[in-house]
Amino acid sequence: MKDLSLHILDIAQNSVRADADHITVSITVEGRPGILKIVVSDNGKGMEPEFLQKVTDPFTTSRETRHVGLGIPLLKQSAELAGGTFSIRSVVNEGTEVCATFPVDHVDRIPVGNVAETLVMLVESHPEITWEFIFASERDRFEFSLAEVKKALEDVSVTNRYVKEWIQNTLNEGFMSVFGGVLDEVN
Amino acid sequence: MKSIKELEAIRERALKEMSIRNNENKTRIVVGMATCGIAAGARQVMNAFVEELNKRNIHTVNVAMTGCIGVCRYEPIAEVIEPNGEKTTYVKLDAEKARRIVAEHIVNGKPVMEFTIGAAEK
Repeated sequence: MKDLSLHILDIAQNSVRADADHITVSITVEGRPGILKIVVSDNGKGMEPEFLQKVTDPFTTSRETRHVGLGIPLLKQSAELAGGTFSIRSVVNEGTEVCATFPVDHVDRIPVGNVAETLVMLVESHPEITWEFIFASERDRFEFSLAEVKKALEDVSVTNRYVKEWIQNTLNEGFMSVFGGVLDEVN
Repeated sequence: MKSIKELEAIRERALKEMSIRNNENKTRIVVGMATCGIAAGARQVMNAFVEELNKRNIHTVNVAMTGCIGVCRYEPIAEVIEPNGEKTTYVKLDAEKARRIVAEHIVNGKPVMEFTIGAAEK
């Protein structure tokens, strides 16, 4: 994957397929030199311990259209190639949490990419899910909850194009104010 | 920072538009957006579809993403599904091809045969 937002787009769809109705994507930078941490957590059906153990193996997948599953192995690879870490926790019927860390200044860390656009795509494709997005750094903290937006909109769908535009702008502003000056590529 | 209060105005605007436009019988463009699609550049393709449709002020087409269509070697893949159920599968797409599909297939009603899976498998 060329950037982290593509990994997020990919991994979040695992949560969707696990029948989650609440998915949280959190992107944070902690400490100095900073560690960029991406966490995707859901309240989906979770995985059995045996499946969880082999889930980073590319020849493991829960789907039937093909026999390889590369989403998780690719994220693990992106993190580890850049001196970061990867972990996954899962409890059957409670949910799953995927976490990847990346030293901000490592030369092989891939850029974050267009996060706002990715998140809007996820909302648009799965508006029934209660999405929650968190950005945090030493500079600022930003939280977005689709539940609040839905409440304010009443009978208008979150996939309406004016609403989508607003969500994207809101996420972009939040992202800039949290990571501007913290991540080189955000300015 | 933007606030949730702005949504009130957006809601009004959306409601006004919804009353004039009927969303039935829409053509759908579905872009494969699983690991295989994403890695092959499906996001640029999806953006190109959305941008080109907006540029031409076409609001009768829904662009959505789906999972793996099952022929990963042909990604990025998109399917154009017309209101009558007729489906055209386009393969090995890029942004430029997506724009041509909007111009020729969506606007002029003529599928771009050279980009279809049938042409690729010959």
